[in-house]
Amino acid sequence: MPSQLRADLMDIAMAIPEKSRVLDLGCGDGDLLAYLRDERGCVVRGVEIDEEHVMEAVAQGVPVMRADLDDGLAMYQDQSFDYVVLSMALQEVRHPAALMTEILRVGRHALVSYPNFAHWRVRWYLMLKGRMPVSKHIPYSWHETPSIHHTTIPDFAELVGQVGGVVENSLYLASDSTGESREVHSFPRWRAESVIALVGRPRCEGSGAEGSGARS
Amino acid sequence: MSTEEQPSCACGETTGGAQPASGATGCLRDEHGQPIPLDPAHVIEDRFFHDDVPPHAVGVVTIPGEMPLTSGECIADVHVAYETWGSLDETGSNAVLVCHALTGDSHVASGEDQPPAGLPKPTGVAPKSSNAHGGEADADGEAYGSPGWWSGLIGPGKAIDTHKYFVICTNVLGGCSGTTGPLSPNPERTQSTIDPASPDDRYGPDFPFINVEDMVEVEFRALDQLGIKHLLAVVGGSLGGMQTLVWAREHPDRVSACMAVATTWHSTPQNIAFDEVGRRAIMHDPRFSDGRYRDEEPPANGLAIARMVGHITYLSDESMDYKFGRRLVGDEREYTFHKEFQVESYLEHQGYKFVDRFDANSYLYLTRAIDYYALGPSLEAVTEEYRDTKVRFLMLSFSSDWLYPTSQLHELAEALSRAQAEVSFAEIEAPNGHDAFLLETKRQSRYAKGFLDANYERDLTQGVGAATPYARRRTKTPDDQDAPDAPAMRGGGADA
Repeated sequence: MPSQLRADLMDIAMAIPEKSRVLDLGCGDGDLLAYLRDERGCVVRGVEIDEEHVMEAVAQGVPVMRADLDDGLAMYQDQSFDYVVLSMALQEVRHPAALMTEILRVGRHALVSYPNFAHWRVRWYLMLKGRMPVSKHIPYSWHETPSIHHTTIPDFAELVGQVGGVVENSLYLASDSTGESREVHSFPRWRAESVIALVGRPRCEGSGAEGSGARS
Repeated sequence: MSTEEQPSCACGETTGGAQPASGATGCLRDEHGQPIPLDPAHVIEDRFFHDDVPPHAVGVVTIPGEMPLTSGECIADVHVAYETWGSLDETGSNAVLVCHALTGDSHVASGEDQPPAGLPKPTGVAPKSSNAHGGEADADGEAYGSPGWWSGLIGPGKAIDTHKYFVICTNVLGGCSGTTGPLSPNPERTQSTIDPASPDDRYGPDFPFINVEDMVEVEFRALDQLGIKHLLAVVGGSLGGMQTLVWAREHPDRVSACMAVATTWHSTPQNIAFDEVGRRAIMHDPRFSDGRYRDEEPPANGLAIARMVGHITYLSDESMDYKFGRRLVGDEREYTFHKEFQVESYLEHQGYKFVDRFDANSYLYLTRAIDYYALGPSLEAVTEEYRDTKVRFLMLSFSSDWLYPTSQLHELAEALSRAQAEVSFAEIEAPNGHDAFLLETKRQSRYAKGFLDANYERDLTQGVGAATPYARRRTKTPDDQDAPDAPAMRGGGADA
């Protein structure tokens, strides 16, 4: 039973309506999905590559495929999910554009969270030291980091546009002095440490459009 | 000894002197609540670490009347030999059926090793327990109390905990370990004189052709006879895995969960080719005599060669290299064709050991059933077959298994996912080839335990399965939850 959902996952959970069909890519031990299933009545599926996590997800009764996100999502049909979650994993895949394309193929919406590489601390570090930043949020040196595709808020929006999607809404987050995650209201490009973006397909206004609307 | 004549419930009888602490729950009951008789001589108490070791029973059940086969033929009065561990709970929601592989048997877990009574037991073929392929995990010479072929996974305190679950394993139709097969007396030949020991009175080559679907139908009817109306899970590897998948397709309302290990969604041309080599070896053995060989003179060479070929497909290049390398039996080359390399000696040993415990006709029929096996003509068809199934799946493959490689099961997992089924799939890293499903127990156990326990909880929560909803474990119902509204994100505002 999910006890306490991690704060960043809770932010994602709150954005998902009840009874949705949800696919979590890089679902870890399945906490988010178990929560959505038990508390929100969602139908859930997960993909995860780490064996230990897969075992834990299975033990939570979460259906999970052990697979590499870079291999695509052939196991899911077009538009078979209401929401596809990609939590802090976009920067770790080899082909972010290909994955975003797949996500928008199988899901009507995507909830993508990613670290903002244009946060002022990163900029400050680069400007002062002229070296790749290493910090609490970027704990690895450049050649060891699993985050091989750093991005920023406008860069992410551009990628989404290139694959035929649109960023419909964003939640900008930064930790306060106590370490708790807070929403950022002003200057998000500078101040957001991480972002949760709600991505959809451009469609004709009006309810019930099934994502097959005209693309711009 | 006829099972029908036994009035007492098996769980009430013990031979070991110890009384089962679990009381009278360890027996099967029919729909009227009457105990279904097992053979009381075979309820064994094996005390291990626990005072209340789950009961182990061995029995035979007869499916009355004629049963139609998928080939169009019929078969009458099928006997099914089975073993059980643990106790069926009051609501019948903890039954787990284990399906065994090609040359395995019902002895899936440890327990006193008694062959089921009342069966034709011809000399020359003495069914005894072994692992499913008799591979490296063979327990040579352990006749009694021997470990089962999946003892690593099943038993008290194990992943499939026999304290919690009622585990049942039946011997497969067409096999030679007690369930009706080519060694069984042919009713058409035994009208007047019944001598089941005589090869003339057995089915032999007149046994009807069977499919995996028929094996499952026999299991289904046998469980019906035993009063088991619902299965928490069907679990199996290799041919056993095929059966689990057919179970899920044919009886989705009777099964909550399906765990298929080291198996495939159809036999490939390569699979069929290897089987055919084995069958040719058997049928071209001069002693085969069109399948009417005598017990003293089985087609031993042919069957041993078939086993050797099969055995190669159960290992991996890596495991053979590790086990034998290029090592010679003697000190130096002798320039003969007679088992100079250790691998040759090993295969020959495995081949001829197999002859002692397996029937050549059974090998033919069972491998043929495997050849015919396909869940559908295409993956698209398979998707449609399982569309919106409620059965939950766990599929496990092994990295070095080239008989049923990961790609086969992964394709199936994808096809079932497209059918909106709840599917978990994982490949386990293991060097042992196909045999890994018998040898790798650590991670399989983690998966099996997590999967079974989660499904058990889920059945209780949802009140599905054999049980009427008797337990509502969660205090919250969908009506009273503090409905978090709308998908409004914490924040809003236009994108930067």
